[in-house]
Amino acid sequence: MPSVAERTLGVRADFPIFRRRPGGRELVYLDSGATSQKPQVVIDAQAEHLRSHNANVHRGVYALAQEADAAYDEARRRVAAFVGAAPRTTIFCKNVTEAINLVAYSWGRANVGAGDAVLITQMEHHANLIPWQMLCRERAAELRYLEVDEHGELSLAQLDAELARGDVKLVAFAHVSNVLGTINPVAEIAARARAAGATTLVDGAQAVPQMPVDVAALGADFYGWTGHKALGPTGVGVLHGRAELLEAMEPFLTGGDMIASVDFHSVTWNELPYKFEAGTPPIAEAVGLGAAVEYLDTLGMERVRAHERALTAYMLERLVEVPGLRVVGPPDAERRGALASFTIDGIHPHDVAELADRGGVCIRAGHHCAQPLMRCLGVGATARASLGVYNDAADIDALIDALQAGREIFGL
Amino acid sequence: MDDLYRDYILDHYKRPHNFGELDPHDLEALEHNPLCGDELGVHIRVKDGRIEDLRFHGHGCAISQASASIASEELKGMELSEVGRLDADWMIELLGIPVSATRRKCALLNLKVVRGAVTGDNAWPT
Repeated sequence: MPSVAERTLGVRADFPIFRRRPGGRELVYLDSGATSQKPQVVIDAQAEHLRSHNANVHRGVYALAQEADAAYDEARRRVAAFVGAAPRTTIFCKNVTEAINLVAYSWGRANVGAGDAVLITQMEHHANLIPWQMLCRERAAELRYLEVDEHGELSLAQLDAELARGDVKLVAFAHVSNVLGTINPVAEIAARARAAGATTLVDGAQAVPQMPVDVAALGADFYGWTGHKALGPTGVGVLHGRAELLEAMEPFLTGGDMIASVDFHSVTWNELPYKFEAGTPPIAEAVGLGAAVEYLDTLGMERVRAHERALTAYMLERLVEVPGLRVVGPPDAERRGALASFTIDGIHPHDVAELADRGGVCIRAGHHCAQPLMRCLGVGATARASLGVYNDAADIDALIDALQAGREIFGL
Repeated sequence: MDDLYRDYILDHYKRPHNFGELDPHDLEALEHNPLCGDELGVHIRVKDGRIEDLRFHGHGCAISQASASIASEELKGMELSEVGRLDADWMIELLGIPVSATRRKCALLNLKVVRGAVTGDNAWPT
């Protein structure tokens, strides 16, 4: 067993951005929770598609169009297989925000009414919060929250109590919190919700890039994630849904490609998944994402998780060396994803990020699109370091050095 | 010495001038920095068409707190009509450090709040 300091997946050379030497130093990228860097195979797959196989999908009879169709279908097949889903119930959209909005509009407006409740959690990203606020406001439904405890975790007892009230139509929650890192018990929550007759939606944006995910085994009714955090291009996200639900739903966006037949006053919807893919889809981006999941598959998601868990443990261990630094979220790397949000006494998180950049280290600072959670934590903002497959212990060391140097600049 | 975090910036950050509440006051406003969710409010007392006294309150980064602190000294005694004419360049020059595009709003938040309180126009200063 190699020590943490030696431990690396050895894939940095696959990512051309790390050839850059900002200020003559190695690029230390600790913001994969915002977006991941891209391996050469993804860049190449997308470029090769545009260079050699570009045509619109689903309409052309010529050979080139059939190549584009085949590439798009193959991307869907790979993406679905990567997370244990069926291609037919795997919908490409723009990002996870659009995936959640699709469910809020198409499922929510048909299934949530006055007196019903939508149950979400205090740790949600605005993407899994505002669509439900809007829905509940429009339908005179109640939006209720599962609380986050002092370890950044949810209480299944509170879930049971909420479900026992009998009015919960939907439980929507993050698989992994983008602020706390908390890994929520998806299968348990989904099972309890289903037993109570509630539908579930999981925001998997932070989970899919860093751990094995099997959406069939997890048992949630809807599971959304986004390509650009999982080594893929921006502009492509994914929604997996239970077939019966998707079949019963009206489309979200309407237009071309999502119809079976149209006359001047009526329309018949296309079959799944095309019913939910109005207009020209993100073809080259989907092809890029197909290459990304194939790359991750080759690394092995168990291995990715083991690496990032060990590195997260090392990061947590080293962060506490910095005087006045407080990490939010679960203290144990076993129970959290590969990120750490923190505050440092006497330095605002924005300044922490600016000071880290002085040391060539990219971290994020702000409310991380989770303002209600920030209020629960009693902070306005945090700094956040998040890991990807290319990070190693030297990146963490560079972060700690930069934070210590920053404290000196601030005279602390 | 750091370009951005100069001694006087850090002094203003750690010991900001004219921070707290001012009661009674004649004008007030509260604004958020969308970048980080930080908030900054102001209380202003007016006498003879001038800012007689003011206090900022809220929390923020070194750039936003130092900007408010430094600006507060200039704003005291200023005619209200003049406040409406203050622009982004005024604040950036006063601050005296190179402010990157992403930190610009941190530096301008106080002017946005003060102009909002005085003129009702809460657009970002340009």
